[in-house]
Parts: sequence; C-alpha cells; structure tokens
Amino acid sequence: MGWYNKRLAKSLWVFHVSGSPCNNCDIEILDLLTPKYDLERLGIKLVGSIRHADVLLMTGVMNKKIAPRIKKLYEQAPKPIFVVAVGSCPASTITFKKSYNRVEKIEDVIPIDMYIPGCPPKPEAMIEGVAKLIGVLNG
Amino acid sequence: MILDNLFYLFVFPGFLFVAVLGLLVGWVDRKVSARFQFRVGPPVLQNFNDFFKLLGKQTIIVKDSVKSLFIAAPLLAFGTLCLIATMVGMALFFEQGFHGDLLVLMYLMMVYSVMLVLGGISTGNVYSSIGAGREIKLLLGDELVFILVCLIPIVKSGYAVNLEAMIIAQSDGMFIGSVSGVIGLIAGLLCIQAKMALRPFDIAEAETEIVEGPLMEYSGPLLAFWKLNHHIMYVAYPLVLVVLFFGGFNLQGIGILWAVLKYLLIVVLMIIIKNTNPRLQIDNALKFFWRVLAPLAFIGLILAVLGV
Ligand code: SF4
Repeated sequence: MGWYNKRLAKSLWVFHVSGSPCNNCDIEILDLLTPKYDLERLGIKLVGSIRHADVLLMTGVMNKKIAPRIKKLYEQAPKPIFVVAVGSCPASTITFKKSYNRVEKIEDVIPIDMYIPGCPPKPEAMIEGVAKLIGVLNG
Repeated sequence: MILDNLFYLFVFPGFLFVAVLGLLVGWVDRKVSARFQFRVGPPVLQNFNDFFKLLGKQTIIVKDSVKSLFIAAPLLAFGTLCLIATMVGMALFFEQGFHGDLLVLMYLMMVYSVMLVLGGISTGNVYSSIGAGREIKLLLGDELVFILVCLIPIVKSGYAVNLEAMIIAQSDGMFIGSVSGVIGLIAGLLCIQAKMALRPFDIAEAETEIVEGPLMEYSGPLLAFWKLNHHIMYVAYPLVLVVLFFGGFNLQGIGILWAVLKYLLIVVLMIIIKNTNPRLQIDNALKFFWRVLAPLAFIGLILAVLGV
C-alpha cells in the first residue's frame, strides 16, 4: 500500500463543489489554480467530473438543500476519496451560525478528512493544507 | 515465429514501447504547455503516477449503462491503437509489412473513434452522448481529408499501398520536398489533431464545456486505459505522418538523430497548434474541414498526379 499511496500523493485530482458559501472561498480556490501558484507541479489537477476525482474540495456551511446533493456526489466518487473542507464556514460556521437552513453538523452528511480554516484562507494556506495531506499519504 | 510476433506486438514496436514513450511524450506536451502559460509544469514521471494511481482506484460501473460495451470500449480502443503502433513500427524499424497495410491502418484509425463513440453512448449520460455525437460529426469531417492526404503519397510512390514501399520510394528524396508533399503534411497534421482530440478540435472531449464528454462516467482502471490510449496516440499518429511524408527512419549513425528530429518536429508543431488556438464549435470545425482542408488536399492530390 505504501507504494500506491506515494503514487496517489503525487497525483491528486481535485473536484470542487460549493456547498452554499458566501462565494469568497470559491474565488480564492480559483486564484489557487491560476498560473501564479501552478498546482500542476505538485501533480494536482482540477477535473470536471467526480468520477475522476481523488479529492472533494468543499466550501461553505452546507445548507439543507445542497446537503443531499453533496452526499450523492460523495457516494458517486470512486474510493479512495478525501474530503477537504475549505474556509472557516465548514469548520465553525462563523457568520452563518444562526442561519435557519444550515445542517446541524456537516460530519453527519459526509466524513471530512481535513479542514483548512480562514475566511477565506489564503492560497498559500490551501497549498500548505494539501501538502499536509500529501505528507500523511507518504507516511 | 509466434514468439517473434508476440514480441513485436507486446514489446518492441508494440505495447510496451509506445506506452512508455507515449507517457514520456505526454510529459513533454504538458511541460511545453505549462511554459506557454508561464508555469513550471509537472515532473517527468507525472503521467506514470497518474496512470498507476488510476489503476488502483475503484471502478464504478454505471447502473444504467450497457455494461459489456462500457467495459469493452476502452480495452478494444487500446488494442486497436497497439495494432496501429505495431504496424507503423514494423514498417519503420524493420522494413516489414504486408500488401495494403496503409488501407488497414486507415480503417483502424477510424475504429478508434468508433470505440470512443460506443463508450460514450453506452453510459447513458447526457454529456457523454453529446460528446459521442460530436465525435461522429468530427469523424465525418476529418475522414475525407485524411483519405485524400493518404492518396498523395500513394500517387507519388507509384501507386503503392504499403508503408514499406513508400519508405523505399522516398529513399532518394522525401515527399515533403515537393509542393504536394507540403500541402499533404499541413492537411494531415490538422487531421491528426482532430483524431487525437487536441485543441482546436477537442470538441468531443471539451473539458470545460461537456466535462470530457465520452470519458465523463469512466473511473479507475478503465479511465486509466482511456488516458493511456491518448498517450499512445501521441506516438503512433505522428509516426504515420513520418512514414507518409518524411520517408521513415534510417537507424544508422547520424540517422538516429534525424529520426528523433523528424518525430519531434511533428509533435512540437502539434503542441504549438494546440496551445495557440481556442476550441472551435462543431459546425465551424466541419466547415473548416469540408470547405478549406478538403479542397486544399484535393489540389495537393492533383499536383501529385501532375508530378509536382
Ligand atoms: S469561510 Fe468566510 S470567505 Fe469562506 S465561505 Fe465562509 S464566510 Fe465566505
């Protein structure tokens, strides 16, 4: 398994889903994929279909309407899949704490492997988060 | 004899050779594309990592799909491409072939596109079906031009339809040295571009528009085979052009350097075209093939008959 995990760590394909954020985190993720930060040198690629993905990048608090859809996405993904929650929203619900339509606990919908807090987190912070994931995979 | 044939098919000009070389050339493509966009680009072994990673993932067979077709399409496409690579490689490296192998080659190249269409339709996904439909239309466009392009070297080599005779006919001057040869190479290059689904003709697999079209529902090892097919095409299809217009390889002394240069010239031209053109719409692509390239290739054919 060690050998395979090393291959996986060098080629993480990312699928981005937005679970009702304020949209700022999404914009920051798009910044992350621009030539300036060049994630392809780490083997990371944004893919358009969940069937190709290894990482499910999720932003936002997840309201009640999007929750079943994200659950479906998670079930459609080929395993192993890692769920990375970007922003302070999924980590602590911050601004949306008193919102009437957010799900109580997003871990009840899908298991989350990693949080990258920040409102929104800087692209550098996201790269560090991904590097930590790679470090875990490399053992 | 049998062992020899197995070796040809699975090791040297066939599977192993094109797969390894293809994954490396795929890296050249990604690296050059990255430099075009002022990026650093992926490490050398990136494509190998991608391939082995996909082999180890779970394969999801779509519930509503035609299961046998869904599984068979990438494998048959893979077999077809290995056959193409073996036939071209035999002509290039061993000067062996059979009578009429160019015609077989033209059909096999069509079979690959058909497999892509079948794989796309079998999933029952809307985007995949759109992609498959576009692939058929693109096939209608590029096939006519490709046949005209193949006719130019056939005429110039004195109506020989096997690759080996073409290489021998070019031993005293490559076809690219004539006007009709240049026209043929330009049209042929764009056809190959369309057959390999590279920009500006990546209409069927438009990643940002219809989510890689026919490949959308594939995952795990089956997707790995589709990706490998794409890399094998990077080796096999330019080599076809090398045989048709550059007179094959002369693998002695300085000839090896020439052989590498001939191949790299075509690949780099393809990468430059890919990186400097936006994707066409399907109707514009058809117009381009039928109204511009087909007459151009036809003029080339007439020039070839006249001996220019
Ligand atoms: S973490 Fe902040 S920036 Fe990101 S979605 Fe939530 S509120 Fe917006």
